[in-house]
Amino acid sequence: MANEPVTARRLAAVTAVAGLAAAAVLALTPLIGPVAIDYGRAFAGLSPDREILFQARLPRVLLALLAGGALTLAGVLFQALVRDALADPYTLGISSGASLGAVIAITLGLRQLGRYPAVGAAAFLGAAATMALVAAIASRGRRISSFTLLLAGVTINSMSMAVILFLHNLADVGQSFAIMRWLMGGIEVVEYSTILWLAAIVFPVAVYLFLFARRWNLLAVGEEWAEARGVPLRRLLLGGFLAASVLTGAVTAITGPIGFVGLIIPHALRLRIGADHRLLIPAAFLVGAAFLGICDTVARTVLAPTEIPVAVITALLGGPFFIWLLRSRRRSLWL
Amino acid sequence: MHELRQVRMRYAGVEVLRVDALRLEAGEFVAVVGPNGAGKSTLLAILAGLRPGHEGECRLEGRDLRRWPRRDFARLVSFVPQSLAIEFPFTAGQVVLMGRTPLGDSLFESDADLAAAAEAMRLTDTAAFRGRDFRSLSGGEKQRVILAAALAQSPRVLLLDEPTTFLDLKHQLAIYSLLRDLAGRGLLIVAATHELNLAAGFAGRVVVLDRGRVEADAPPAEALAPEVLRRVFEVAVEWLPGPAGRPWIRYGE
Repeated sequence: MANEPVTARRLAAVTAVAGLAAAAVLALTPLIGPVAIDYGRAFAGLSPDREILFQARLPRVLLALLAGGALTLAGVLFQALVRDALADPYTLGISSGASLGAVIAITLGLRQLGRYPAVGAAAFLGAAATMALVAAIASRGRRISSFTLLLAGVTINSMSMAVILFLHNLADVGQSFAIMRWLMGGIEVVEYSTILWLAAIVFPVAVYLFLFARRWNLLAVGEEWAEARGVPLRRLLLGGFLAASVLTGAVTAITGPIGFVGLIIPHALRLRIGADHRLLIPAAFLVGAAFLGICDTVARTVLAPTEIPVAVITALLGGPFFIWLLRSRRRSLWL
Repeated sequence: MHELRQVRMRYAGVEVLRVDALRLEAGEFVAVVGPNGAGKSTLLAILAGLRPGHEGECRLEGRDLRRWPRRDFARLVSFVPQSLAIEFPFTAGQVVLMGRTPLGDSLFESDADLAAAAEAMRLTDTAAFRGRDFRSLSGGEKQRVILAAALAQSPRVLLLDEPTTFLDLKHQLAIYSLLRDLAGRGLLIVAATHELNLAAGFAGRVVVLDRGRVEADAPPAEALAPEVLRRVFEVAVEWLPGPAGRPWIRYGE
């Protein structure tokens, strides 16, 4: 299947299968939980099914799907931009930059930043600032070195964590609790308005990325390769990093850091459908959505009534996967 | 087509290329030879518009390379790197089709794109592994796929950095005669190479570089004269009678 040429027909087929997976998760996981509910009763407006579905489970499932899709897409993009299957919002330090922003807001006791909730807005700014910093460190003249970028990400990661620990030390008990809770990234029940504004950010970015799919293909092969094929390299890199940071920042602002989602799904998909971004982008978005939806269902049911943060699940799955990927890749690590 | 004037290139303060004047015309097959570090790859990269940091002027059709819109430039000039390390599972066919990106903005390749890619793969004898993962190909197969991608771009200038390093004898000859045919059809072909005999046998003009400077720029029989080669490459060189008045170069004791 990976070997066939990329045509509109194949795109439709791949999108249909991936869309089916996401739709199945959307349809089935709200039914799972400590209290059995029934769609017939819920849509008929009968209590408590109606409240449980529309006020507890559905917003959470929708947020999981949206966050999973966006994080996976960010992973795909970061991997193409730095030409490394190990890159994702987590390994490049973007997630921890967002965390640092949130922790600063919590420690300062900010409630509002302009018109926005302070923690979310600060997380978003943290993600953007980290991306700019990592890119500035890695760019020399008009080029950006992928290898330096990854290392810069790792370094920023540990520095952010150090500052977070320091701030945590200074914090009072209430703030300390808020910090720990935020750092354990998780999907929580949110207002529909929050989901709507997240969707309003994620969908346009996803469409932009999809329309540039052939350029990501060129970039995924090499910077000179892309440049020799008429791509405005610097603009494309900037646009790509900006888009991936926006996706990561927007999601992390709501859920806290959830790692490794952008690592597992893109890799698995490339083995199945190949590396062409025209297929990879829609498939990654939909399958990533389904994946996080399932992970979150596990997170809220496996130890019910206790809920575990979904980031614990993704890290337990993603960590070993990362190590396996690191060991199995053919390219020598000596560089 | 290409014209260089007073071009200098420095890496970290060290001058690696110093070309006072060089004109390359459509229909020429130019081989660029010289020892390691002579500046061959740098010269090609400058011609390909990939080293805008050089001093002096490099023009294509009278317009400085740095003023060409990248896309228009890519429709005229294609560059064949020595090798390509791809991290992701693109197939050989997909890599070749990428050559068509400068020619259209549509999300999917047109029939014309597919036909051009198929023709490029036929010319380079790569159609047989179109569906294979590029990373699984041998060095020589990869090189031919990269060349096919450049041909699919339908360029008027083809710049190649050691295009036959990893090729077996049959494909070395096939690629060089393909390049000669393309020059015959009006393309400008510039190939950096260590294969002196292939350069002597196929190219119409040879530029000999040494420590960043042009040591000779003439038809093969003149540019590859034994005394030039002895001086530049610092090895013993003698000429054996070759086909059609072209030299066959034997080197070493």
